[in-house]
Amino acid sequence: MSTTMIGGREVHVDEEGFLTQYDEWDEDLAKQLAALIGVDLTDRHWTAIRFLRRDYRSQGETATLRRAAQLCGIPIKELFQLFPKKPAKKMAYIAGLPKPHGCV
Amino acid sequence: MKRLLILGAGTAGTMAANKLRRRLHPDEWRLSVVDQSETHFYQPGYLFIPFGRYRPDEVSRPSRRLLRDDVDLIHGEIALVEPDHNRVLLTDGRALAYDYLVIATGTTPRPDQTPGMADGRLWRSSVFDFYTYDGAVALASALGDFRGGRMVVHVVDMPIKCPVAPLEFTFLADAYFRECGIRDDVELVYVTPLPGAFTKPIASHRLGSMLEERKIVLETDFMVESVDPDTKTLVSYDEREIPFDLLVTVPLNMGADYVAKSGLGNELNYVAVDKHTMLSKQFPNIFAIGDANDLPASKAGSVAHFSVEVFADNFVRYVGGKPMLRRFDGHANCFVESGAGKGLLIDFNYDTEPLPGRYPLPWLGPCRLLAESPVNHWGKLAFRWIYWHVLLPGLPVPLPSHLTMAGKHPEE
Repeated sequence: MSTTMIGGREVHVDEEGFLTQYDEWDEDLAKQLAALIGVDLTDRHWTAIRFLRRDYRSQGETATLRRAAQLCGIPIKELFQLFPKKPAKKMAYIAGLPKPHGCV
Repeated sequence: MKRLLILGAGTAGTMAANKLRRRLHPDEWRLSVVDQSETHFYQPGYLFIPFGRYRPDEVSRPSRRLLRDDVDLIHGEIALVEPDHNRVLLTDGRALAYDYLVIATGTTPRPDQTPGMADGRLWRSSVFDFYTYDGAVALASALGDFRGGRMVVHVVDMPIKCPVAPLEFTFLADAYFRECGIRDDVELVYVTPLPGAFTKPIASHRLGSMLEERKIVLETDFMVESVDPDTKTLVSYDEREIPFDLLVTVPLNMGADYVAKSGLGNELNYVAVDKHTMLSKQFPNIFAIGDANDLPASKAGSVAHFSVEVFADNFVRYVGGKPMLRRFDGHANCFVESGAGKGLLIDFNYDTEPLPGRYPLPWLGPCRLLAESPVNHWGKLAFRWIYWHVLLPGLPVPLPSHLTMAGKHPEE
């Protein structure tokens, strides 16, 4: 487990840069993470990210795209526009959560 | 008299009923199984039906004959579970009371969940599923008529029943077209929502090279939004388009609708359970086994088998007021047909990805892990006999239900 500096503070990350400590994240850090992958955060982005944080706390796992779309009310199509190309991965990255693992 | 009610007479439900009936005293326990079908299908056999290798009648048996005589089999469709009243309602109005409930109604392909897929112009004329009995039979006749063009094998989203099945189907189709002498006239494309051929890195790399060797095009990270019936095209959310002449798809897999209506399901109608004991997270007298639960494991017969062994031991202790001692580790192993009389075997669990090596005896095998061999193919065929005669009756299978690292090579 390595650490890296983001926005002037040290955080724990995995080999792909996903945060590994739930409590090291806050909304300021999310802005820095979003900037790193070229996403400008709007209210719609925040709706998705805050849902992902809440859901992870209750479920212990990062929500899949389908779950996020259904439970936070943002259609999958729009999630693809908000977080282009790889929405599930990008949402998790900005929300400071582990990469969602496709079940085998 | 206590009553144990099992919903579903598939692999997990049948195994659990037969195992528990032997161990729960007949004077103390009544054990009933509910299913809407009177026929039990050997689902791994569906893979071979499209290629004419199994006759349809070789994969089915009457459910009644697979359950011990002292297990009641109730034929009916489940409408609702009322966990607060400990009863299950059937669509014909019957109400079944229980002390303990085991949900084992599995998962089902749902083409209706992808716009355009179930369109009458396409469905089972140029768009097929093969993980249903009817789909596999219909596809057999379509493949018989196929003379060339673009065949796309496609997965909508994970999790799916038997995650290796679409790859196996692709390998078998490649071999089949070669045998027919039309392989050069067929363009084969494999389309997946995953970032590679399979989820776990080592297996994904190995299976990905096998696609490449066979000149099968791999399209990854493809989340399908719709199927366009006019142009016969798969369209993704990020606006990629893949045209097809013949589409063999694995539709979105979902648990039974009554699970959702009863307030027991997640977004895909799977029951949330403890991943080591399969006990419901909501109700202390409900378990969900096999494909019906939300375990982060494969939806596969081998998971049903290994987990039901753990469940049966635990259940007997649990109802006797003792703590559950066994913990399921997510163990799965699957034969992967690769065509031309060969196959691979993979063995893995929650924490350990499929690795090369030998199984079940370390270094001796006879099965090779993550490598093609004829023995694995014969193992897969022999498994049908084991399924009917050893597994479903709930007899002991001489394989450990937990994964072992002996004979595996993490560094290879």
